[in-house]
Amino acid sequence: MIRSEILKEIAPILRDQLVVCNIGIPSQELHAIDDQPTNFYMLGTMGLASSIGLGLALAQPKPVVVIDGDGSVLTNLGTLPTIGNNCPDNYILMIIDNGSYGSTGDQPTYTGMKTDLAGMARAAGCETVIEVQDVDTGPALQAALDSGKGTVMVVKCDSGNAKMPVITMDPVVIRDRFMKAVAS
Amino acid sequence: MNIDKRIADELVANDVSFVTTVPCKQLAGVIEEIDQRDDIFHIPSNKEDEGMGLCAGAWMGGKRPAIIMQNTAIGVTINTLATLIQYYRMPLPMIISYRGELREPVACQVEMAVHTKALLAQMNIPTYHFHWQKDVEEFDNILKYTFMCNKPVAILTDANFWGGYGDQ
Ligand SMILES: [Mg+2]
Repeated sequence: MIRSEILKEIAPILRDQLVVCNIGIPSQELHAIDDQPTNFYMLGTMGLASSIGLGLALAQPKPVVVIDGDGSVLTNLGTLPTIGNNCPDNYILMIIDNGSYGSTGDQPTYTGMKTDLAGMARAAGCETVIEVQDVDTGPALQAALDSGKGTVMVVKCDSGNAKMPVITMDPVVIRDRFMKAVAS
Repeated sequence: MNIDKRIADELVANDVSFVTTVPCKQLAGVIEEIDQRDDIFHIPSNKEDEGMGLCAGAWMGGKRPAIIMQNTAIGVTINTLATLIQYYRMPLPMIISYRGELREPVACQVEMAVHTKALLAQMNIPTYHFHWQKDVEEFDNILKYTFMCNKPVAILTDANFWGGYGDQ
């Protein structure tokens, strides 16, 4: 499976959650599949989805699901110790690990070679780290939400992107409707 | 006047309850003060752009954030300031240790100091420079201004403000 197929499958689970979605094609795919006011789309700033989601989870009690990528986590590796040492129970970091920089033309990342993101998360102090195959993402995400434990999920899947339109919504509109959904 | 306590007091008075920090020797006292406050959640970050991501999330979650960092971090965070904090119009008080200014003992620090105000001006970031201890009196107004206009705002605090750097 590629990322967009996973997103299609888990859209019914994501719909009821606060979601912080990674820059580029992941946000375009989620936006096209199931746009919701509870989705915060990153339009820039590669790497910070996990940090934005962590700040959000620490600031309020609702569950937060971060949809991140292998390339983005690699660009902000300092996030893993911060998560490991501060992880609240309402925080789920789902790293869609397709071993490539999808939004820039599928150049390979090191996670498709020797680097093991789940191992790095554990070494950084993250207590609940699970590795999931693409086909099992839905049940694993639901189980993580039901567990009420902060979780890092590394979802192994194939490299590739769906053709989706660029998000043209104004960033302040995205942010404002998201904040209203958070507060409601 | 205890400057560290004064800054923490003003943060609390302005309902700032989520503070991330990347340390600097000059900021050690205020970071320690913030860490001890029950009404402030202190989360150290490993890099300043990561810290700004945490602050963005905390603000969307209903908490007023602040970041404490060195001016060298301006070189690290230009993209984050432009495409996250400014693009989504978010408030962010940045309490910045202004290394490389008067009474600085480490020459290399001057290399970023000479770019600091120019970079902030280029980014249209409102910038205040605390040089004398009494300048802290403006801190309360700066915080109110930041959360009024939803912009990143820089407060540069130099060695003279902190009472000198080490034995200098
Ligand atoms: Mg990828």
